Amino acid sequence: MLTIEDLYVKVGGKEILKGINLHIDEGENYILFGPNGSGKTSLLMTLMGFDGYDVVQGRIIFKGEDITHMSPFERARLGIGMSFQRPPTIQGLKTRDMVRLCAGGKEVDVDQLAQEVNFTGLLERDINAGFSGGEIKRSELLQLMAQRPSLVLFDEPESGVDLENMSLIGRITRSILDGPLEPRNGVSMKELKSRHQISGLIITHTGYILDYINADRGTVLYEGVLCCVARPRDILEHISKYGYKECVRCLS
Amino acid sequence: MSQLKKDERKRVDLGKYSFDNGEQPGIKDLRQLSEEDRRQLTMAGMDISETQRSGSYLHVNHSKVHCKATQKGVEVLDIKEALDKYDGLPEYYWQAVDKDKDEFTRAAAEKIHGGYFIRTSKGAKIKHPVQSCLFIKGDNVGQNVHNIIIVEEDSELQVITGCTTSSNVVSALHLGISEFYIKKGGSLTFTMVHNWGREVMVRPRTVCIVEEDGVFVNNYIMMMPVSSLQSYPAVFLNGRGATGRFHSILVAPEGSHIDSGNKIVLNAPDTRGEIIARTITTGGTIIAPALIEGNAVPAKGHLECKGLILSKGIIHAIPELKGTVSGVELSHEAAVGKIAQQEIEYLMARGLDEEQATSTIVRGFMNVDIMGLPPELKASIDKTIEETEKDMF
Ligand SMILES: Nc1ncnc2c1ncn2[C@@H]1O[C@H](COP(=O)(O)OP(=O)(O)O)[C@@H](O)[C@H]1O
Ligand SMILES: [Mg+2]
Repeated sequence: MLTIEDLYVKVGGKEILKGINLHIDEGENYILFGPNGSGKTSLLMTLMGFDGYDVVQGRIIFKGEDITHMSPFERARLGIGMSFQRPPTIQGLKTRDMVRLCAGGKEVDVDQLAQEVNFTGLLERDINAGFSGGEIKRSELLQLMAQRPSLVLFDEPESGVDLENMSLIGRITRSILDGPLEPRNGVSMKELKSRHQISGLIITHTGYILDYINADRGTVLYEGVLCCVARPRDILEHISKYGYKECVRCLS
Repeated sequence: MSQLKKDERKRVDLGKYSFDNGEQPGIKDLRQLSEEDRRQLTMAGMDISETQRSGSYLHVNHSKVHCKATQKGVEVLDIKEALDKYDGLPEYYWQAVDKDKDEFTRAAAEKIHGGYFIRTSKGAKIKHPVQSCLFIKGDNVGQNVHNIIIVEEDSELQVITGCTTSSNVVSALHLGISEFYIKKGGSLTFTMVHNWGREVMVRPRTVCIVEEDGVFVNNYIMMMPVSSLQSYPAVFLNGRGATGRFHSILVAPEGSHIDSGNKIVLNAPDTRGEIIARTITTGGTIIAPALIEGNAVPAKGHLECKGLILSKGIIHAIPELKGTVSGVELSHEAAVGKIAQQEIEYLMARGLDEEQATSTIVRGFMNVDIMGLPPELKASIDKTIEETEKDMF
């Protein structure tokens, strides 16, 4: 699904990512750990193709295509979707209309989707206007549900979310990544199966999200370099016991 | 310093325009108009079929050509007929606007070509809007109109008025006097669409007086090119509990000079005023003054002036608040800026290309939705937005 080869990225003139190699299979959920400032968000922003993240070396291959220099909308149309940590407010753009825009040309039942993320009451609000932490997460998920990307980039799905919201967000994240838990009316088996091919790259600090999703592999980003690949639970355990410094030394 | 020069208002030379001999033959039905004229009128918000309207008034150059009311409870006349019929309308004619305010009011007082007179009956709730259009065809036409709207006690009225020129007009001047009176418990929603032309000068003078518990909502949409427009409609909330709201959307392409402001005077307890202005320049100049004056308590006023400079141009927002008694609550919010790159990227990450993203943000900024316009008017506004967007990006 996604291959990153020897990627060097500069942000504001400073080298932030220093030779990243990463491969994510179809249907695989990949967890990204790392201390604050290690470059996790920068990696996602680079994958999405935003201005200011200058690839100075290396390539990004998505579904067999070199997307290293594509614009964000072309990547989105190819199937990359991102959940933003601090999305901007857009005045006068109702959440309902935003969700419809996310669907592109696809048919979408906004009210039905909103119900699933408990967002019905907020559909008429301007997107992100005064949203709480949990509301931002749910709105981002709602948009991804309409967009239906084949690779989902999640930047800390659990940050700023209370426990009650966490279980909802965990469940929805899982349903976006794995398809719905049970077959629903009107969803064909073929569609269910194709949803299983959805991949995820998920940044987490706390690991709470691991209680909800099946994650096969994880890695640690430390000062712009990926240090190890291991089972996410094992990485989490090492970090909580020894901290990042030790963890990097121990696992590499 | 050349920038400052650009900021200067263009002067109107009254002697350049013809105020005579522009009388036009009347028509029974708007569908008799040429296809081209119908298109201009539709763009300015006119419903040619008149099915969704309670009355219509069309003025071309120097005379009325069509005028009728189709619902009980509302009277629509040409102002000249109304002056004859009601002995010169002494309580209303030149009672809100000062005849000697400036050279334009004096010119309009000297020679009147027409204008609408709309009056509701007491308690009448007029379901569909009354529509009017002030239309200019031909070159160097000077048009003087005088409009009066009277909303009697406890009645409700919506008026949609469009001002436009035929596409071949090279140069014209429009002087419009408007005096609105809203009686106790009455409500007027007045929506004006201005589609002038590159060489048209416009000097409207508007005053609205609102009595106890009356409501005045003024929507103003001006997105097409104009040479120079200067207006500063004022509403006086003179009765307890009266409400006034101005909401304007102004777009200035290169060559347009727009000086368009609003004034609300809170003269009685429990009055509320709100001014919302959204301005966009793509190369022209917009001066947007706004004033809320509080002379009674309790009274509340809020004004919001926001401007977007898309590529180049000037936006000069001048929010003013004046309180003359202790206890008034007045506030304002003003900002002039550009579209945030972060907002564009957010939308691009959802699959919109840069142009789609920009136009989505601009539409949101203009926020036409909150005006609550009738659907077919909303549709024609959307069409105008589409047309102007071609020049925006
Ligand atoms: N726009 C920017 N200009 C300069 N430096 C930046 C910018 N954005 C991020 N950085 C720097 O890049 C590094 C990585 O940041 P980030 O990717 O946000 O890390 P993480 O998400 O792992 O906490 C930090 O040192 C941060 O200060
Ligand atoms: Mg981060």
